[in-house]
Amino acid sequence: MFGKLTLESVPYHEPIVMGTFAAVALGGILLLGTITYFGKWKYLWTEWFTTVDHKRIGVMYIVVALVMLLRGFADAIMMRSQLAIANNDHAGFLPPHHYDQVFTAHGVIMIFFMAMPFMTGLVNVVVPLQIGARDVAYPFLNSLSFWLFCTGVVLVMLSLFVGQFATTGWLAYPPLSELKYSPNTGVDYYIWALQLSGLGTTLSGINFVVTILRMRAPGMSLMKMPVFTWTALVTNVLVVAAFPILAVTLALLTADRYLGMHFFTNSGGGNAMMYINLIWVWGHPEVYILVLPAFGAFSEIVSTFSKKPLFGYKSMVYATACIGVMSFVVWLHHFFTMGSGANVNAFFGIATMIISIPTGVKIFNWLFTMYRGRIEMTAPMYWTLGFIVTFVIGGMTGVMLAIPGADFLLHNSLFLVAHFHNVIIGGVLFGYVAAMMYWFPKAFGFKLNERLGKASFWCWLVGFWMAFLPLYVVGLKGMTRRMNHYDNPEWHPWLILAWFGAVIIAAGIFFLVLQIVVSIKDREKNMDLTGDPWGGRSLEWSIASPAPFYNFAHVPHVDHLEQFWEDKEAGRAYKQPTHYEDIHMPRNTADGVFIGGIFGTILGFALIWHIWWLAIVGFLGMIGTFIRRSYNRNTDYYVPAKEVEAIENARYRQLQQVA
Amino acid sequence: MKIPSLATIARTFAVGSIVLLSGCKHLEVLDPKGWVGMQEKNLLLIATGLMLLVIIPVIIMTIVFAWRYRAGNTKATYAPRWAHSTAIEVVVWAIPCVIIAILATLTWTSTHELDPYKPLESSVKPIKIDVVAMDWKWLFIYPDYNIATVNQIAFPVGTPVDFRITSESVMNSFFIPQLGSQVYAMSGMQTQLHLIADVAGTYDGISANYSGAGFSGMRFKAIATTQQGFDDWVAKVRAANNPLTQQAYAALAKPSEANPVAYFSSTPPSMFEYVLNSQMAKIAGVTSPVCTPTSQNLVASAE
Repeated sequence: MFGKLTLESVPYHEPIVMGTFAAVALGGILLLGTITYFGKWKYLWTEWFTTVDHKRIGVMYIVVALVMLLRGFADAIMMRSQLAIANNDHAGFLPPHHYDQVFTAHGVIMIFFMAMPFMTGLVNVVVPLQIGARDVAYPFLNSLSFWLFCTGVVLVMLSLFVGQFATTGWLAYPPLSELKYSPNTGVDYYIWALQLSGLGTTLSGINFVVTILRMRAPGMSLMKMPVFTWTALVTNVLVVAAFPILAVTLALLTADRYLGMHFFTNSGGGNAMMYINLIWVWGHPEVYILVLPAFGAFSEIVSTFSKKPLFGYKSMVYATACIGVMSFVVWLHHFFTMGSGANVNAFFGIATMIISIPTGVKIFNWLFTMYRGRIEMTAPMYWTLGFIVTFVIGGMTGVMLAIPGADFLLHNSLFLVAHFHNVIIGGVLFGYVAAMMYWFPKAFGFKLNERLGKASFWCWLVGFWMAFLPLYVVGLKGMTRRMNHYDNPEWHPWLILAWFGAVIIAAGIFFLVLQIVVSIKDREKNMDLTGDPWGGRSLEWSIASPAPFYNFAHVPHVDHLEQFWEDKEAGRAYKQPTHYEDIHMPRNTADGVFIGGIFGTILGFALIWHIWWLAIVGFLGMIGTFIRRSYNRNTDYYVPAKEVEAIENARYRQLQQVA
Repeated sequence: MKIPSLATIARTFAVGSIVLLSGCKHLEVLDPKGWVGMQEKNLLLIATGLMLLVIIPVIIMTIVFAWRYRAGNTKATYAPRWAHSTAIEVVVWAIPCVIIAILATLTWTSTHELDPYKPLESSVKPIKIDVVAMDWKWLFIYPDYNIATVNQIAFPVGTPVDFRITSESVMNSFFIPQLGSQVYAMSGMQTQLHLIADVAGTYDGISANYSGAGFSGMRFKAIATTQQGFDDWVAKVRAANNPLTQQAYAALAKPSEANPVAYFSSTPPSMFEYVLNSQMAKIAGVTSPVCTPTSQNLVASAE
């Protein structure tokens, strides 16, 4: 009846898990109670959960990403604490069974459920506004993507309290992830959380490729697209090309585990090397999927706050495209130690180094954008400068690892761990946080507190270096990753230092959250009344903040790369049109919530625990809702010109008051 | 390594930075005791130095530009429309191209030179050690001596060691940080590694690829000693009076954690081939040989 699920599946005997459960339950009840008390359920449901507005979907993505950042960081600090203690005779507080789940969950959550939604959220909020579109190409699909992604989040969180998570490392290499060596449901949680959220990501990728290629404002040729949109385009092309590989790889592993097949097993003709190749054919482009939009955000930020156009726009575009293509021919550098011949290893090593050429060009272009500028040292700019200094070091250690001969020494060591945190924290996370602070006013109509943003930056920067410089060192001292205990006394002081670094990062996260809370509380002081709080250059700054739900009352015509800047210079900006037209808009729908959020979660949970009847319920629910949706003709409506006029009149009155 | 002047500059840079970075403490990976490790360390330092030639100016430029062109400094030139310079563009593409061209050349030659499968050049006859990764310990077989050990190996200093590596269960990575390269151990497959110790000593060996619950304790010692010391060690193993029978092997293959060192006074001939082939037989879907591993015929039939 309940498949593999029994009462014993709940880890009562693990005090840490139960403590977390109590905290989550208490917090959850408090949150739900507060919503109920203030009668906000209807508002949340009609305005947010069922929305097809790209800006609101984007905000929801980022909210989930920030929540998952807390979860992923909780895992991180547990690992650092364990390793600060577990030297010699001290076993630490995490037995291998628990520790192995923690490092697996940390990697999976930070990549799939923190970085990916943060990226998708930013692209959602910004791209349609930058290209002068009123929504994405497929608004319902956008909502469905978000809810499919949420299914993955729910499953990963559930694995804490019902059953367990995988103990395989974040890429679940077979044969360790095969039934023989991982007989419990941990790997199944991994498979279905990634499979369902990955489907959402693929659909979202298709959506944005079509949106960017087909829905740009008239006149906006590809070479007049803002650079963030360019990076979003390349990233989403990579998503469309790479995520199906992940889906297939996981499906083959699923076939091994559920149907007794032998793609990657140690017996029956299987070969784990295929999995390792396949997963990295997805996995390496994934790195660029994450970092390219961060590069795009830095480009916008540097240009805006230097009060200059981006230096070498064309170079930047070609560099981005070049990185996108090259990202598919470097995957083997993740396993030079597998025994490939020297020609193969050398090819992939050199291909990897070649990627650092366009990346280096980007960095020089940011520097020359600052050159002869008038740089306003705002919080986003702090993050950007911190990024350049941090990222170049991460890039350097990356090229070191790309030389097979050197990699034979450093592979899988904590040096490697320090390297990829160096580029992912220093590049991806710094970029997303900078982007959040930069575009926040456009989504909410007020700026974030600058002082707290800078406080958070300093804690992150100092904390990052204090946490990861020691890991570079212990890596060179021969410490390999994923150990939960060690007896080398020389590593101990470095790992204690790393723990202090993690605590400083915790302060950085605290200031980040505090910044949002304080800014909401003091929003009256930081209102963005013009819609252009930073002296922006691209179209999103030409409309009100927060952007009206239809984005543009009139679809703009684009003649310049920096259209809004040119309009301001020529005195064409802020001219109210004389008449308005009806605007065609998509209608909100709950179908995404049902297909992804509810039936998708049921399907995933049932498949994990082998509850077949429930899986059928979930699957039929998804298909049924989809069919019902297909017959629904009432999916759009027109905003009357009168309503648009009223909203726009209010905006221009406000503009006059400010002036 | 054919560009001495550049290499010297590079090394100075790199050593300086790494000394700063480490506070002069002992870094095993950068303190190699054998030829392979020595080459790899040099490679690492040269590459680091070459890149620092660009990285350091970039960091300085970042700080200088941000300071000089800050909004408060109205004395600095402001060029609000300046966004293109062919000369600068050429330079910013050229600099990384040149560095990468040098690194790529270095990579191509060093990758061939340091190919783990390539036997080391030496007048001394190599010693053969076969490695089997198990949950969670290392079994070492000396095919020429018909002895085996768990979690400890010994070999004479200055003698190339030819490793053949496989796994009884999941994937691991065989690694002695102070001697150089690591290579994966994979079930049903044989990988190779050639190392040499030029200095006597006892070096830590680890698995550098996570393999499950007992992974942290999956460590061994590699003893590089004199020929006499090695002969004594072999005699000690032979004296253990503990043959590696099929039963003993089956018991050893069961998962266990933090195993102590164990000596097996004798092994059946072609033990490594047996382990490899029985895994290969499983992979091929052939019934694995069930009789004693001494039977060469069964090994053959499994193939």
